[in-house]
Amino acid sequence: MDYILQPWPWYVSGPLIALVMLILVYFGKTFGMSSNLQTLCSMGGAGKFSDYFRLDWKAQRWNLTVVLGAILGGFIATQYLSDGSAIALSAETISDLKELGFNNAGETLLPPEIYSWENVLSLKGIAILVIAGFLVGFGTRYAGGCTSGHAITGLSNLQLPSLIAVIGFFVGGLIMTFFILPLIFGS
Amino acid sequence: MKFLKFLLVGIFFGIVLVKSEAVSWYRIYEMFKFQAFHMYGIIGSAVFLGVLFIWLFKKYRIKSIEGKDIDLLPKDKGVARYILGGTIFGFGWALAGACPGPMYILVGTGVFSMFIVIAAALLGTFTYGLLQKKLPH
Repeated sequence: MDYILQPWPWYVSGPLIALVMLILVYFGKTFGMSSNLQTLCSMGGAGKFSDYFRLDWKAQRWNLTVVLGAILGGFIATQYLSDGSAIALSAETISDLKELGFNNAGETLLPPEIYSWENVLSLKGIAILVIAGFLVGFGTRYAGGCTSGHAITGLSNLQLPSLIAVIGFFVGGLIMTFFILPLIFGS
Repeated sequence: MKFLKFLLVGIFFGIVLVKSEAVSWYRIYEMFKFQAFHMYGIIGSAVFLGVLFIWLFKKYRIKSIEGKDIDLLPKDKGVARYILGGTIFGFGWALAGACPGPMYILVGTGVFSMFIVIAAALLGTFTYGLLQKKLPH
Protein backbone atom coordinates (compact mmCIF):
# COMPACT_ATOMS: atom_id res chain seq x y z
CA MET A 1 0.00 0.00 0.00
CA ASP A 2 2.90 2.35 0.68
CA TYR A 3 3.83 2.15 -2.99
CA ILE A 4 0.39 3.38 -3.96
CA LEU A 5 0.34 6.21 -1.44
CA GLN A 6 3.75 7.52 -2.39
CA PRO A 7 4.25 9.48 -5.64
CA TRP A 8 4.53 7.12 -8.59
CA PRO A 9 7.80 7.02 -10.54
CA TRP A 10 7.82 7.91 -14.22
CA TYR A 11 8.31 4.29 -15.30
CA VAL A 12 5.00 3.40 -13.69
CA SER A 13 3.05 6.52 -14.66
CA GLY A 14 4.17 6.72 -18.30
CA PRO A 15 3.08 3.15 -19.17
CA LEU A 16 -0.23 3.70 -17.36
CA ILE A 17 -0.90 6.81 -19.46
CA ALA A 18 -0.18 4.72 -22.56
CA LEU A 19 -2.67 2.21 -21.19
CA VAL A 20 -5.37 4.91 -20.91
CA MET A 21 -4.77 5.86 -24.54
CA LEU A 22 -4.80 2.23 -25.70
CA ILE A 23 -7.99 1.42 -23.79
CA LEU A 24 -9.77 4.37 -25.39
CA VAL A 25 -8.53 3.27 -28.82
CA TYR A 26 -9.72 -0.26 -28.06
CA PHE A 27 -13.09 1.21 -27.13
CA GLY A 28 -13.21 2.64 -30.66
CA LYS A 29 -12.46 6.20 -29.51
CA THR A 30 -9.38 8.31 -29.13
CA PHE A 31 -7.48 10.04 -26.34
CA GLY A 32 -7.95 13.78 -26.69
CA MET A 33 -8.83 16.04 -23.82
CA SER A 34 -8.99 19.37 -25.61
CA SER A 35 -11.81 18.29 -27.94
CA ASN A 36 -14.02 18.66 -24.91
CA LEU A 37 -13.48 22.42 -25.00
CA GLN A 38 -15.00 22.49 -28.49
CA THR A 39 -17.82 20.20 -27.36
CA LEU A 40 -18.63 22.35 -24.33
CA CYS A 41 -18.76 25.46 -26.55
CA SER A 42 -21.15 23.63 -28.88
CA MET A 43 -23.38 22.63 -25.99
CA GLY A 44 -23.44 26.25 -24.90
CA GLY A 45 -24.81 27.32 -28.28
CA ALA A 46 -21.61 28.53 -29.94
CA GLY A 47 -22.87 26.99 -33.21
CA LYS A 48 -24.85 30.21 -33.70
CA PHE A 49 -21.57 32.04 -34.21
CA SER A 50 -19.33 29.64 -36.12
CA ASP A 51 -19.54 26.45 -38.15
CA TYR A 52 -16.68 25.16 -36.06
CA PHE A 53 -19.15 24.54 -33.25
CA ARG A 54 -21.90 23.03 -35.39
CA LEU A 55 -21.30 19.44 -34.48
CA ASP A 56 -23.26 16.64 -32.96
CA TRP A 57 -22.11 17.12 -29.40
CA LYS A 58 -24.15 14.17 -28.22
CA ALA A 59 -21.69 11.96 -30.10
CA GLN A 60 -19.00 13.36 -27.80
CA ARG A 61 -20.74 12.50 -24.52
CA TRP A 62 -18.33 9.61 -23.99
CA ASN A 63 -15.45 12.10 -23.85
CA LEU A 64 -17.27 14.39 -21.42
CA THR A 65 -17.78 11.28 -19.30
CA VAL A 66 -14.01 10.72 -19.32
CA VAL A 67 -13.64 14.31 -18.07
CA LEU A 68 -16.14 13.71 -15.30
CA GLY A 69 -14.21 10.60 -14.33
CA ALA A 70 -10.93 12.51 -14.42
CA ILE A 71 -12.32 15.04 -11.93
CA LEU A 72 -13.42 12.19 -9.67
CA GLY A 73 -10.03 10.56 -10.11
CA GLY A 74 -8.33 13.76 -9.00
CA PHE A 75 -10.50 13.78 -5.90
CA ILE A 76 -9.88 10.11 -5.10
CA ALA A 77 -6.13 10.40 -5.63
CA THR A 78 -5.73 13.37 -3.30
CA GLN A 79 -8.22 12.25 -0.64
CA TYR A 80 -7.49 8.54 -0.40
CA LEU A 81 -4.33 7.67 -2.28
CA SER A 82 -1.81 10.23 -1.10
CA ASP A 83 0.47 10.34 1.89
CA GLY A 84 1.01 14.07 1.54
CA SER A 85 4.65 13.77 0.61
CA ALA A 86 6.13 16.81 -1.10
CA ILE A 87 7.07 16.70 -4.77
CA ALA A 88 10.72 15.71 -5.07
CA LEU A 89 11.74 18.58 -7.33
CA SER A 90 15.35 19.05 -8.26
CA ALA A 91 17.33 21.38 -6.03
CA GLU A 92 18.00 23.71 -8.98
CA THR A 93 14.29 24.05 -9.66
CA ILE A 94 13.57 24.91 -6.05
CA SER A 95 16.31 27.52 -5.97
CA ASP A 96 15.33 29.02 -9.36
CA LEU A 97 11.76 29.29 -8.13
CA LYS A 98 12.83 30.92 -4.91
CA GLU A 99 14.49 33.64 -6.98
CA LEU A 100 11.18 34.20 -8.74
CA GLY A 101 9.44 34.53 -5.38
CA PHE A 102 7.99 31.04 -5.16
CA ASN A 103 8.52 29.65 -1.68
CA ASN A 104 7.92 26.09 -0.48
CA ALA A 105 8.03 24.76 -4.05
CA GLY A 106 6.67 21.23 -4.26
CA GLU A 107 4.80 21.17 -0.96
CA THR A 108 1.52 21.48 -2.83
CA LEU A 109 0.57 20.42 -6.36
CA LEU A 110 0.20 24.01 -7.48
CA PRO A 111 1.95 27.17 -6.33
CA PRO A 112 -0.21 29.29 -4.01
CA GLU A 113 1.63 32.26 -5.57
CA ILE A 114 -0.57 31.67 -8.63
CA TYR A 115 -3.58 29.68 -7.50
CA SER A 116 -4.47 30.79 -3.96
CA TRP A 117 -7.60 32.94 -3.82
CA GLU A 118 -5.58 35.67 -2.18
CA ASN A 119 -3.49 35.98 -5.34
CA VAL A 120 -6.25 35.15 -7.78
CA LEU A 121 -8.37 38.02 -6.50
CA SER A 122 -5.80 40.63 -7.45
CA LEU A 123 -5.72 42.23 -10.88
CA LYS A 124 -2.39 40.63 -11.72
CA GLY A 125 -3.43 37.28 -10.32
CA ILE A 126 -6.65 37.00 -12.26
CA ALA A 127 -4.97 38.30 -15.42
CA ILE A 128 -2.42 35.47 -15.21
CA LEU A 129 -5.08 32.77 -14.99
CA VAL A 130 -7.31 34.28 -17.66
CA ILE A 131 -4.45 34.83 -20.13
CA ALA A 132 -2.99 31.38 -19.46
CA GLY A 133 -6.35 29.67 -19.91
CA PHE A 134 -7.13 31.66 -23.05
CA LEU A 135 -3.79 30.74 -24.64
CA VAL A 136 -4.31 27.06 -23.83
CA GLY A 137 -7.86 27.03 -25.20
CA PHE A 138 -7.02 29.01 -28.33
CA GLY A 139 -3.72 27.29 -29.04
CA THR A 140 -4.88 23.75 -28.53
CA ARG A 141 -7.83 24.07 -30.89
CA TYR A 142 -5.75 25.92 -33.46
CA ALA A 143 -3.19 23.11 -33.28
CA GLY A 144 -5.96 20.51 -33.28
CA GLY A 145 -4.89 18.81 -30.07
CA CYS A 146 -3.04 19.07 -26.80
CA THR A 147 -0.66 16.89 -24.85
CA SER A 148 -2.99 13.88 -24.98
CA GLY A 149 -4.05 14.22 -28.63
CA HIS A 150 -0.71 15.19 -30.14
CA ALA A 151 2.12 14.31 -27.73
CA ILE A 152 0.72 10.92 -26.69
CA THR A 153 -1.76 9.73 -29.33
CA GLY A 154 -0.42 11.54 -32.41
CA LEU A 155 3.20 10.61 -31.79
CA SER A 156 2.17 7.01 -31.02
CA ASN A 157 0.50 6.96 -34.42
CA LEU A 158 3.66 8.45 -36.00
CA GLN A 159 1.91 11.59 -37.17
CA LEU A 160 4.26 14.28 -38.49
CA PRO A 161 1.73 17.05 -37.73
CA SER A 162 1.77 15.95 -34.10
CA LEU A 163 5.55 16.15 -33.99
CA ILE A 164 5.37 19.70 -35.40
CA ALA A 165 2.74 20.58 -32.77
CA VAL A 166 4.86 19.14 -29.95
CA ILE A 167 7.83 21.18 -31.18
CA GLY A 168 5.51 24.19 -31.02
CA PHE A 169 4.49 23.25 -27.45
CA PHE A 170 8.15 23.39 -26.48
CA VAL A 171 8.95 26.58 -28.39
CA GLY A 172 6.12 28.32 -26.52
CA GLY A 173 6.84 26.64 -23.21
CA LEU A 174 10.55 27.47 -23.30
CA ILE A 175 9.98 31.12 -24.23
CA MET A 176 7.44 31.43 -21.42
CA THR A 177 9.61 29.68 -18.84
CA PHE A 178 12.94 31.30 -19.65
CA PHE A 179 11.91 34.80 -20.71
CA ILE A 180 8.36 35.67 -19.70
CA LEU A 181 7.92 34.07 -16.26
CA PRO A 182 10.93 36.06 -14.94
CA LEU A 183 9.26 39.26 -16.21
CA ILE A 184 5.96 38.38 -14.55
CA PHE A 185 7.27 37.10 -11.23
CA GLY A 186 10.85 38.34 -10.90
CA SER A 187 11.35 41.48 -8.89
CA MET B 1 -24.44 1.90 -18.67
CA LYS B 2 -22.45 2.24 -21.87
CA PHE B 3 -20.87 5.33 -20.34
CA LEU B 4 -19.67 3.51 -17.23
CA LYS B 5 -16.51 2.23 -18.87
CA PHE B 6 -15.60 5.76 -19.92
CA LEU B 7 -16.21 7.01 -16.41
CA LEU B 8 -13.85 4.34 -15.08
CA VAL B 9 -11.17 5.18 -17.65
CA GLY B 10 -11.49 8.82 -16.65
CA ILE B 11 -11.15 8.01 -12.95
CA PHE B 12 -8.06 5.93 -13.67
CA PHE B 13 -6.60 8.71 -15.82
CA GLY B 14 -7.21 11.28 -13.09
CA ILE B 15 -5.54 9.10 -10.46
CA VAL B 16 -2.52 8.38 -12.66
CA LEU B 17 -1.98 12.04 -13.49
CA VAL B 18 -2.14 13.10 -9.85
CA LYS B 19 0.07 10.27 -8.63
CA SER B 20 2.60 10.93 -11.41
CA GLU B 21 2.66 14.63 -10.41
CA ALA B 22 2.15 15.50 -14.08
CA VAL B 23 -0.67 17.79 -12.94
CA SER B 24 1.79 19.86 -10.94
CA TRP B 25 2.73 23.34 -12.15
CA TYR B 26 6.14 22.76 -10.54
CA ARG B 27 6.82 19.64 -12.60
CA ILE B 28 5.99 21.50 -15.82
CA TYR B 29 8.33 24.32 -14.86
CA GLU B 30 11.05 21.81 -14.02
CA MET B 31 10.51 20.08 -17.37
CA PHE B 32 10.84 23.29 -19.37
CA LYS B 33 14.01 24.09 -17.45
CA PHE B 34 15.40 20.62 -18.24
CA GLN B 35 16.19 20.12 -14.56
CA ALA B 36 14.76 16.65 -14.11
CA PHE B 37 14.08 13.57 -16.19
CA HIS B 38 10.70 12.90 -14.55
CA MET B 39 8.32 14.43 -17.15
CA TYR B 40 10.47 13.27 -20.07
CA GLY B 41 10.39 9.77 -18.64
CA ILE B 42 6.60 9.87 -18.36
CA ILE B 43 5.98 11.21 -21.86
CA GLY B 44 8.81 9.18 -23.39
CA SER B 45 7.73 5.85 -21.93
CA ALA B 46 4.07 6.54 -22.80
CA VAL B 47 4.96 7.34 -26.40
CA PHE B 48 7.37 4.38 -26.69
CA LEU B 49 4.69 1.93 -25.55
CA GLY B 50 2.07 3.79 -27.57
CA VAL B 51 4.05 3.42 -30.79
CA LEU B 52 4.67 -0.25 -30.06
CA PHE B 53 1.08 -1.18 -29.27
CA ILE B 54 -0.58 0.94 -31.98
CA TRP B 55 1.77 -0.79 -34.43
CA LEU B 56 0.79 -4.20 -33.00
CA PHE B 57 -2.92 -3.29 -33.13
CA LYS B 58 -2.56 -2.47 -36.82
CA LYS B 59 -0.29 -5.42 -37.64
CA TYR B 60 -2.66 -7.96 -36.10
CA ARG B 61 -5.78 -6.04 -37.16
CA ILE B 62 -7.13 -5.91 -33.67
CA LYS B 63 -10.79 -4.93 -33.66
CA SER B 64 -12.24 -2.46 -31.23
CA ILE B 65 -14.97 -3.68 -28.89
CA GLU B 66 -17.43 -2.21 -31.39
CA GLY B 67 -16.09 -4.77 -33.86
CA LYS B 68 -14.53 -2.18 -36.15
CA ASP B 69 -10.98 -1.88 -37.38
CA ILE B 70 -8.85 0.33 -35.24
CA ASP B 71 -8.11 3.34 -37.35
CA LEU B 72 -6.76 6.41 -35.70
CA LEU B 73 -7.63 9.25 -38.01
CA PRO B 74 -4.50 10.76 -39.52
CA LYS B 75 -4.07 14.41 -38.61
CA ASP B 76 -4.74 16.94 -41.38
CA LYS B 77 -1.68 17.97 -43.34
CA GLY B 78 -0.19 21.36 -42.72
CA VAL B 79 2.53 23.15 -40.84
CA ALA B 80 1.34 26.64 -39.91
CA ARG B 81 -1.51 25.59 -37.64
CA TYR B 82 0.63 23.08 -35.78
CA ILE B 83 3.61 25.30 -35.19
CA LEU B 84 1.60 28.47 -34.47
CA GLY B 85 -1.17 26.81 -32.49
CA GLY B 86 1.37 24.63 -30.72
CA THR B 87 3.47 27.61 -29.70
CA ILE B 88 0.45 29.53 -28.40
CA PHE B 89 -0.57 26.43 -26.47
CA GLY B 90 2.97 26.15 -25.09
CA PHE B 91 2.81 29.70 -23.72
CA GLY B 92 -0.36 28.85 -21.86
CA TRP B 93 0.85 25.44 -20.73
CA ALA B 94 3.99 26.86 -19.12
CA LEU B 95 2.09 29.74 -17.51
CA ALA B 96 -0.89 27.80 -16.16
CA GLY B 97 1.22 24.71 -15.58
CA ALA B 98 -1.74 22.70 -16.79
CA CYS B 99 -2.95 21.43 -20.13
CA PRO B 100 -6.61 20.53 -20.70
CA GLY B 101 -6.56 17.10 -18.98
CA PRO B 102 -4.94 18.34 -15.78
CA MET B 103 -7.22 21.39 -15.70
CA TYR B 104 -10.20 19.16 -15.09
CA ILE B 105 -8.34 16.82 -12.78
CA LEU B 106 -7.08 19.69 -10.62
CA VAL B 107 -10.65 20.82 -9.98
CA GLY B 108 -11.12 17.37 -8.44
CA THR B 109 -8.09 17.86 -6.24
CA GLY B 110 -9.84 20.89 -4.76
CA VAL B 111 -8.21 23.77 -6.67
CA PHE B 112 -11.36 25.70 -7.51
CA SER B 113 -9.53 28.72 -8.91
CA MET B 114 -8.90 26.37 -11.85
CA PHE B 115 -12.49 27.09 -12.93
CA ILE B 116 -11.23 30.52 -14.01
CA VAL B 117 -8.58 28.89 -16.22
CA ILE B 118 -11.17 26.50 -17.68
CA ALA B 119 -13.60 29.35 -18.38
CA ALA B 120 -10.80 31.30 -20.08
CA ALA B 121 -9.85 28.19 -22.09
CA LEU B 122 -13.45 27.95 -23.29
CA LEU B 123 -13.29 31.60 -24.28
CA GLY B 124 -10.04 30.89 -26.14
CA THR B 125 -11.63 27.97 -27.97
CA PHE B 126 -14.67 30.11 -28.79
CA THR B 127 -12.39 32.83 -30.17
CA TYR B 128 -10.55 30.27 -32.29
CA GLY B 129 -13.91 29.12 -33.67
CA LEU B 130 -14.73 32.70 -34.67
CA LEU B 131 -11.36 33.32 -36.32
CA GLN B 132 -10.78 29.86 -37.77
CA LYS B 133 -11.36 30.84 -41.39
CA LYS B 134 -9.06 33.86 -41.16
CA LEU B 135 -6.09 32.03 -39.65
CA PRO B 136 -3.37 30.28 -41.67
CA HIS B 137 -3.67 26.51 -41.37
